[in-house]
Amino acid sequence: MTLLKVQDLCVSLKTAYGRQDVISNINFCLNAGEKLGIVGESGCGKSITALALMSLLPPDSKTRGRIILEGRDILNLNSKEICSIRGNRIGMIFQEPMTALNPVKQIGAQISESIDLHLKLNRKQTLERVTELMDKVGLPVDRFGLNLYPHQLSGGQRQRVMIAMAIACNPDILIADEPTTALDVTVQEQILNLIRDLADSSGMALIMISHDLGVIAQTAQNVMVMYTGNIVEMGSTVDVYQNMLHPYTFGLFSAIPHAGSSSHLERKRLTSIPGQVPQLHQRPIGCNFADRCMRASKICKTKEPMATRVSDHHQVWCYHPLKEKI
Amino acid sequence: MKQPLVKIEGVYKDYQLPKKYLFEKAPVFRALHGINLELQKGTSFGIVGESGCGKSTLARIVMALDEPTFGKVFFDGQDLFNMPKKELRHLRRNFQMVFQDPYGSLNPRKNILGIVAEPLDTLKEKLSFAQKKERVAKILVEVGLNATDTDKFPHEFSGGQRQRIAIARALITRPSLIVADESVSALDVSVQAQVLNLMMDLQEKYKLTYMFISHDLSVVEYVTDQVAVIYMGQIVEQATTRALFQKPLHPYTQTLLMAVPDVNPLNKKQKNKNKVPLFEKIHGSCPFIDRCIKATKTCVHNAPELLENHGRLVACFNTD
Repeated sequence: MTLLKVQDLCVSLKTAYGRQDVISNINFCLNAGEKLGIVGESGCGKSITALALMSLLPPDSKTRGRIILEGRDILNLNSKEICSIRGNRIGMIFQEPMTALNPVKQIGAQISESIDLHLKLNRKQTLERVTELMDKVGLPVDRFGLNLYPHQLSGGQRQRVMIAMAIACNPDILIADEPTTALDVTVQEQILNLIRDLADSSGMALIMISHDLGVIAQTAQNVMVMYTGNIVEMGSTVDVYQNMLHPYTFGLFSAIPHAGSSSHLERKRLTSIPGQVPQLHQRPIGCNFADRCMRASKICKTKEPMATRVSDHHQVWCYHPLKEKI
Repeated sequence: MKQPLVKIEGVYKDYQLPKKYLFEKAPVFRALHGINLELQKGTSFGIVGESGCGKSTLARIVMALDEPTFGKVFFDGQDLFNMPKKELRHLRRNFQMVFQDPYGSLNPRKNILGIVAEPLDTLKEKLSFAQKKERVAKILVEVGLNATDTDKFPHEFSGGQRQRIAIARALITRPSLIVADESVSALDVSVQAQVLNLMMDLQEKYKLTYMFISHDLSVVEYVTDQVAVIYMGQIVEQATTRALFQKPLHPYTQTLLMAVPDVNPLNKKQKNKNKVPLFEKIHGSCPFIDRCIKATKTCVHNAPELLENHGRLVACFNTD
């Protein structure tokens, strides 16, 4: 069952160089209970996509396209209607638990904020719900009081509070924007397990945004690879990770030094992608990746590539995918 | 065995915490707890651990930015903390640091010439402006930037390029040791690979010694020859990189390696849900006991020492 459908989403922002499209032609569907990963380097538009879904874009941004949640286009709703969706139907975990929590409010009050706003509960029920949430995210109330402030918690515990806030109203969709970037590997593992278990047990759909290919591999069924505001490859995680087609995806994979594969006797050089991500106002005509791509030809520099469907669940936006078998 | 380039001998570092009451003795936090290390010339040494374990404190002490509470640090046989200030200042050209945040570590109001040439002022011989400019231009080409970039400012560069500038600044005095404190953590993977390749090339060319501090295990595995794993200010395991990553012996190292998310989506990790740590930490017990699933009664009353075990150093009683 399709829960969320994004059609031709474009977001433009005002910059010093005039109005620029930050993301363009984003199309995807999210089914109930699905776990979708969005992966890409910084500046590729992952977070802007997430913010667009939450209608949290800066006021001078312009959005085109459609974001359809259960038959209604979010982009056409007035602010009151959006408020009834945001935090209620779609929950979001932000990247920096340090800055995303209010430092002068107790965590109990912060978790109950969206409950007060969306669920009509009395004070006792709210308290029960908050206690239940704290238990769920692994902060039992008898050890962690509701009256603690964020600075009294560690990074992992703060992220747990963030998760409790995001799932407070049992949302249908949970967006996690780089939820573990600031954390140690051991804590990262705990938080990822927690998010995955919560999504599994409640049937929420999950959108996991990360720059870490390993995090996406362990949490998502389907994955969307983004580069400079476009989707370049999309498919089931297994397909994309094992039969990657886009040269950019391939470049990303070859650039990670592999842990756990210490079979090498001597060191190889890491394969890096030549050049760097083009600035927003310097994005080329045609394929954005053409300048850094080994396989680019004339057509890549003149016309944007269209989606090529390789299998039911695997699409690639490239003229010269790695295996031109189609 | 040759004389090591850096020798760290029983280094302890205490930091004073703020007092709660006016007349009490200030409480002390022990960030490093008896660290012994030797860095051989021309090799890369990795330091791994979670945040707050004392990695950066160790880096600061090796760089002589902080004095250890007890213990000694020898650089090329010279005791860093037992020499006249002026000599230390001249010695500093031999060890340089590359910091984590390429946005915070370059002065935004100085141009690249000013930033990269600054360490040259510690040299004994004074260089003329033209000489400085020539050396800066040369080193910029070396790290993959243009010789003409000297008049630009940091904001004109991307993250990866800024880290190259930071490397150029570290290299300009021809040091023998470079301490890289999380130097590539802030970069994207594709750029990170470029910078790592650059660092390896430079090491070969100038026979540099690296002390590589990182929480990213795959980077450490890729770059280093030797690794020390630090937990709460103590080394818990020290071995050659290959041995450590192939077969970690200390339970903490195992926990760390297990926690790295696997890039293969078919390799879903099995969770050790039924295994929980059995013991609480008390005074005198092993520091890792409250997170260790292998802990036994021995660990409660004795803290293990760092001992030779299968050709490496491990601080654990239960390594089987």
